[in-house]
Amino acid sequence: MHEPRDRAVERKPDDDVILSVEDLAVHFPLAGGLFSRDRRLLRAVDGVDLTLKRGECLGLVGESGSGKSTVALSILGLQAPTRGRIVVDGQAVTDGPSSDRKALARTVQIVFQDPYASLNPRQTVRRTLEDPLRVHGVTAASEIEDRVATMLRHVGLRPEQAGRYPHEFSGGQRQRIGIARALILNPKIVICDEPVSALDVSIRAQIINLLLELKDTLGLSYIMISHDLGVVEHMSDRVAVMYLGRIVENGHWREIFERPAHPYTQALIAAIPDPLRHAPLATTGGDLPNPLNPPNGCAFSPRCRYAEDVCRHEPGPVLGTRPDGHTVRCWRADEIAGSGVLAATE
Amino acid sequence: MKLRANLVIGGALFALAILVGLLAPWLAHTDPVLDANLMNAEEPPSWTWWFGTDGQGRDIYSRVVYGARISLTVGIVSQLINSVIGVALGLSAGYFGGWWDDVVNALTNLMLAIPSLIFALAIMAVLGPGLTSLLIALGLTNWSFTCRIARASALSLRSQGYVQAATVLGYGDFRIMFTQLLPNMLGPLIVIGTLGMGSAVLSEAALSFLGLGVRPPFPSWGSMLSEARDQITTAPWLSVFPGLAIFLTVLGLNLLGDGLRDSLDPQSRSRRT
Amino acid sequence: MTAAPLLEVEDLRIDLDDGARRVAAAEGVSFRISRGETFGLVGESGCGKSITALSLIGLLRPPLSIGSGVIRFEGREIQHLSAAAQRDLRGNRIAMIFQEPMTALNPVSPVGRQIAEMFVLHKGKSWREANQLAVEALASVRVPAPERRVHDYPHQLSGGMRQRVMIAIALACGPDLLIADEPTTALDVTVQAEIIELMRNLCAERGTAILMISHDLGLVANVCRRVAVMYAGRIVEERGSADIFRAPAHPYTQGLVDSLPRLGSRAALGRTRLKEIAGVVPAITSFPDGCRFNPRCAQASDICRTNAPTADFLEAGGLVRCHHHA
Repeated sequence: MHEPRDRAVERKPDDDVILSVEDLAVHFPLAGGLFSRDRRLLRAVDGVDLTLKRGECLGLVGESGSGKSTVALSILGLQAPTRGRIVVDGQAVTDGPSSDRKALARTVQIVFQDPYASLNPRQTVRRTLEDPLRVHGVTAASEIEDRVATMLRHVGLRPEQAGRYPHEFSGGQRQRIGIARALILNPKIVICDEPVSALDVSIRAQIINLLLELKDTLGLSYIMISHDLGVVEHMSDRVAVMYLGRIVENGHWREIFERPAHPYTQALIAAIPDPLRHAPLATTGGDLPNPLNPPNGCAFSPRCRYAEDVCRHEPGPVLGTRPDGHTVRCWRADEIAGSGVLAATE
Repeated sequence: MKLRANLVIGGALFALAILVGLLAPWLAHTDPVLDANLMNAEEPPSWTWWFGTDGQGRDIYSRVVYGARISLTVGIVSQLINSVIGVALGLSAGYFGGWWDDVVNALTNLMLAIPSLIFALAIMAVLGPGLTSLLIALGLTNWSFTCRIARASALSLRSQGYVQAATVLGYGDFRIMFTQLLPNMLGPLIVIGTLGMGSAVLSEAALSFLGLGVRPPFPSWGSMLSEARDQITTAPWLSVFPGLAIFLTVLGLNLLGDGLRDSLDPQSRSRRT
Repeated sequence: MTAAPLLEVEDLRIDLDDGARRVAAAEGVSFRISRGETFGLVGESGCGKSITALSLIGLLRPPLSIGSGVIRFEGREIQHLSAAAQRDLRGNRIAMIFQEPMTALNPVSPVGRQIAEMFVLHKGKSWREANQLAVEALASVRVPAPERRVHDYPHQLSGGMRQRVMIAIALACGPDLLIADEPTTALDVTVQAEIIELMRNLCAERGTAILMISHDLGLVANVCRRVAVMYAGRIVEERGSADIFRAPAHPYTQGLVDSLPRLGSRAALGRTRLKEIAGVVPAITSFPDGCRFNPRCAQASDICRTNAPTADFLEAGGLVRCHHHA
């Protein structure tokens, strides 16, 4: 793992940063109905800053509705942001039907969760891998064949299997095809959206190992979206935790998992069942709040065991930097950080 | 694919009709138009005249055989026009959405609100009778169901992972529509196209019956029915045989469409083992 | 320990009729659950765990059917009961909750009514009484403001709230056995913790036994006292839950335990390459001969390819089906 914390040159545009997301917001107006005056706004993503360095794996963690998938869609250029800026490898991702869509395609790709829905059932593996090359101007038949064969070997499939259709493969093999498709254009960044959670448990390790190998051999940078904290800890160099459209904690994986400072991060970690102990799980109380009607102040305050009056009043907490360098959005981080995983028996 | 009775019978009937149309010059006993002989007028069916003869002494069997050409041409060509219009509109509306979707929706609703035969009648009135106007009239008025189905399929397929992946890979809109969406909605489109052909054959008959179809003396099943109208009591064979031809062809197409729907149904096909 | 078990499954075989032939989707499945016990059935998709659960309450539908074997509930054989008798057993004595509560709840009926229905159907209460009991039932699964929530329709509730309603319905008649089939797989981890704790506490209070079915060995080992691991239609190992994680005996279980990244292991040991289980999960129609895990097993020898292993009882308790078990 190479993570040189170079602070040598001040404010110089960081060559190491391959992706930066600045103040990203995605709001969806919800029409209440034809005659309803109710014009509510769903703030799916509300002011997110992220950076991804070359060769790094950034884990993006949060529950459904936290906005992590919307962030991914915006980076891929599939979701126009309401506000904010996304810079990928020096190029700003513009919204709408841009002419840079192809350039973006050669930089950022995605591996989907569901290997069954993410492959066109009517196309052979070869077609699935050749078409992108043709679209991007590779015309020599020999080069196309070479690149497809090489890519299939990279993901652990045999080039002879290229003539088959997706339904002839198992779930794990389909995910390998999905990975091959994401990598065929030699992108620099790959967004892995829950890449193993739809797979059988005994297959997951194969795919996790494959992704990590490919990252090293091909020099890729990953954004790893997952709700499985074990997988995130194993794969990530840095981890960002999202809650209700905002990042609540962001830092080196070791800091996030060993010294979580945000009560939500602590709750997430504590909620993971310990297989060696027949012991109660730590509960948080209540469900995720309705994102259409977010709580006042800190969005986590209604479920937070540390919440005080200050947490329930506007304005909500801002991201502050902890002494160990990771950032936390909590008024009381100083008091509760380091208490580690919440004691379940408290 | 499991062979079903309706698929086999429907396919056989439709294939027979096409075969008859293709082989008409060899199957027919006489020329359907020129071989009129008043000496043989209104002969009932017999060993010489299998289906009898009409008032001008023309062989009904030969006219029914040749009529297959016109009826099937109208059925197939007009449905092809409908399919192309319906798929083009529905696919693009479902894929692009937005104002274009609104426009296509409004147009489809308009088409559905006007009975298509009345609409075709109006077009025929402007263009005048004849085969070409018949093809145009029927080809422009029956695309709304195809359009609806193409749009609904495009809407649901658009959110599939492989369509998103194609977008992320930088595919152009048309490439996505034709390589990712269209091949995956062919099943229902084939079904609706087959059923549409049957209804086009019926519409041709109806328009020709009203005298707006193919001009006499060229035989189409509808125009034969129309001419036989006055003799339905005195010479029933004049209407029975073209009527039977229409009935069997449309029945065949409907059975075929049902059979295809059953066998292309993803529920029965993709049962995972 | 000698008291008759609440549920006893003996040599159960479930057939899948795929048109041409009958294949065993599950076979030789045997286990016992005592009163108030928590028992887990773990395995991957297609291993037969869910259909085993469905067979217990007579909910197998063609092409699946019980081929042979005995299911005893409180000592009484129930696999051949009439539809009416099974219906009476279901809900009243054996209840079930599913992975996706939205599909298991009636979308056009208020949740209160769906709970009340259980009291009317199985306990012969009047609707007035039943409605009152429904409010209490919702309160017991800690749904806030239950007297208002009873009027809500399923789609108005969040996934976690819907699963609470499912639990309220399932436990309404005080069943002796609750079958939970992947009850939290569709839920987020903090909500999962809530639901698991709720289920565990309510069942412990009422002495209800739990049969939990899941692909998540970690979760099941945490919730249940004993765990059976299924692979390709057979139980390959049945152990106390702590043992199965500390000292798995079957190579498949070992593979599962070793292959999954566990929280904290990277911090303790650094990032090591995960141990993979080679190969693919076999389809029901192409289960291998002999031990069904043999094509993926590093320890497989000739006997594994020809003979299905029988159950070996372990000294430490539990049993394993492997020719070369640890």
